[in-house]
Amino acid sequence: MEAVKIKTEEAKNKAKLKMSGAEAIIHCLLAEGVDTLYGYPGGAIMPVYDELYKFQDKLTHILTRHEQGAAHAAQGYARVSGRVGVAMATSGPGATNLVTGLADAQIDSTPMVCITGQVTRALLGSDAFQETDIIGISTPVTKWNYQITKAEEIPEIMAKAFYIAKAGRPGPVLVDITKNAQIDEFEFSYEKCTAVRSYNPVPKPDAKAIEAAAELINSAKKPMIVWGQGVILGKAEEELKALIEKSGIPAAWTIMGASAIDSDHPLNVGMVGMHGNYGPNILTNECDLLIAIGMRFDDRVTGKLDTYAKQAKVIHFEIDKAEVNKNVHADVAVLGNAKETLGLLLPLVNENKHEDWHNEFKKKYEIEFNEVIKGDIHPTKEGLTMGEVIEQINIASGNKAVIVTDVGQHQMIGCRYAKFKESKSNITSGGLGTMGFALPAAIGAKMGAMDREVVAIIGDGGYQMTIQELGVIFQHNLPVKIVVLNNDHLGMVRQWQELFFDKRYASTVMVNPDFVKIAEGYHIESKRVSKREELQSTIEEMIASKNPYFLEVKVEKEDNVFPMVPAGASVSDIRLK
Amino acid sequence: MKKQQWFTISVYSENNVGLLNRISGIFLKRHINIESLNVSKSEIDGVSKFTIVVHTTEKWVRNIVGQIEKQIEVIKAFYHTDEETIYQESALFKIASNLLFDERQIQNIIKDNNSQIVTVAREFFVIAKSGRRNEIDDMYEQLKPYGIMQFVRSGRISVSKDIMQITGLLKEFYEEA
Repeated sequence: MEAVKIKTEEAKNKAKLKMSGAEAIIHCLLAEGVDTLYGYPGGAIMPVYDELYKFQDKLTHILTRHEQGAAHAAQGYARVSGRVGVAMATSGPGATNLVTGLADAQIDSTPMVCITGQVTRALLGSDAFQETDIIGISTPVTKWNYQITKAEEIPEIMAKAFYIAKAGRPGPVLVDITKNAQIDEFEFSYEKCTAVRSYNPVPKPDAKAIEAAAELINSAKKPMIVWGQGVILGKAEEELKALIEKSGIPAAWTIMGASAIDSDHPLNVGMVGMHGNYGPNILTNECDLLIAIGMRFDDRVTGKLDTYAKQAKVIHFEIDKAEVNKNVHADVAVLGNAKETLGLLLPLVNENKHEDWHNEFKKKYEIEFNEVIKGDIHPTKEGLTMGEVIEQINIASGNKAVIVTDVGQHQMIGCRYAKFKESKSNITSGGLGTMGFALPAAIGAKMGAMDREVVAIIGDGGYQMTIQELGVIFQHNLPVKIVVLNNDHLGMVRQWQELFFDKRYASTVMVNPDFVKIAEGYHIESKRVSKREELQSTIEEMIASKNPYFLEVKVEKEDNVFPMVPAGASVSDIRLK
Repeated sequence: MKKQQWFTISVYSENNVGLLNRISGIFLKRHINIESLNVSKSEIDGVSKFTIVVHTTEKWVRNIVGQIEKQIEVIKAFYHTDEETIYQESALFKIASNLLFDERQIQNIIKDNNSQIVTVAREFFVIAKSGRRNEIDDMYEQLKPYGIMQFVRSGRISVSKDIMQITGLLKEFYEEA
């Protein structure tokens, strides 16, 4: 076995060794530095699992309880660590169960490689048992995909898969491998992929565009930055911080960009978008310069495009050329990796304070604090709010936890009120809005950052979509902290029904099981809190625990999330109630 | 900007079995009908060329070309208006052989339209015609009264008036590598 490993490392010297395709796949994973993967075995992927059995000391395979869980766990791992997440499944239903995770990773630019087994080459197209055209199915939701039908193809395609998943704007790659290719033997040698001739992942920065951007920034009276996940993916946190500190420009974030800059940084003015902060939304339509950095003007960020920042000039820092002018016209587009482009911009930017302009944000914050925030995090009413739970988690964890959220009201409240000191700490399903994301993603996040506190915050609806992954947490005694904010409703849909569908609450009341008993069934320490006086001490106990911990908080059933930009409305028409 | 017009999209790509699916999906997502599609080899060895004709606005075609170009196996994609390209289509008409002798006008139609007879058999003969869409449509209308046994028209093929820098791009890649 050791000899094989050495041979792998000597691949540069073109050392060759005869082995099966399945074994080659393991060597490819090891050569790419993979130490953990998530998956579920089945007929068409069994030769690879047989090899995994032999390599248990080098590769940890986590058996999730559903393939969707494997995909989301790989995403959580990738998002927290910046490395490529790996998921594996068999053909047919195994492969189709990965699709939601692929779509989620695609829209949120998460580097992931999914490996699926496929029926043997001779049976392709014959409607064989567990055959499905996963290449056809996954094409629209992958950055790249490929079906391997010959063992000899494995090293080159696997190398390409890992390169493509993480190069430039990252994304998911699916490699489908027919069973014959797993069984057949061939001469193995491995070379990492460093470039693909038809793919230019990182455009070279254009000095003229950067000068033009600096000129606009230096002459702006009311400039505003909106940053997105591109800052995190591009490892540009320091450059962004230096830019805002030198230029004095107030900076807001999309939910995918959260945690790139310390939540308590004085120039961090909060979140934009549908449930974002009042100031940055209103002032988007008052600024004279909007500097978008690594974000893609999603409709949940812009509201109605026809009235979005029309008064402002727009600078768009972006790695993906296809995003420029897609939704919002850019007066200056600066293509490239944000770390590089912001680094080049910084010396050209004048020092400034923009005090009056910054005061506008402060004034708006005060309005929002009095109308919304105070009641959310320091409520005086009897029922518990989601906001106060998040606030207690901030306090107990010292703003240091990785917060993994699912989708819905608790997600918006989580993103609004969770505080971060470290980047890559907000793991959520932003673009796709996948309910059921959080529990498996928290498993991956914990394994990708074992030294960090990982708190999954989940609604009672989404929790039940992937609740089976408690099995993984129990089996591996993973100290993930799970907080279910239970309002016995599909809260966000209920909110829309109240506001926009004349209170016709169609199918949004949840008749829930005893969540504490379920967690106990998995031998996970669990508590339920329904009184304010128990909240702080229980959350402290949860954070202090070295073991997995399940906490159900019974929150107010009919609370709504505000502020809110109603769908299709202008960002400046944001409602406080 | 909002005006709909004809655009010819040219895509230079690797010759990959799944790429057509990936590219057509981009049109599908935006409900844009592909009016014609042609895939062939290009002037560069090992590089394929898709020629796609769509009727849409410039904003949409620009977005689509951007999304096509970001596909891993696409080397470069362009869009052009009709004025910016030299383009043609080809058509085949299958006509009953007796008409060639019984209807003198048929021979005039063939001549006037600069078309060629490709084959003559006992039962039928075949006329090939290359040209712009309207020229082929004209010829179709002229032949229709006599009876057309079969008709087929190809997708548009086109070359741009300006230079496409594919060779340069590939050369740059290999020099850097």
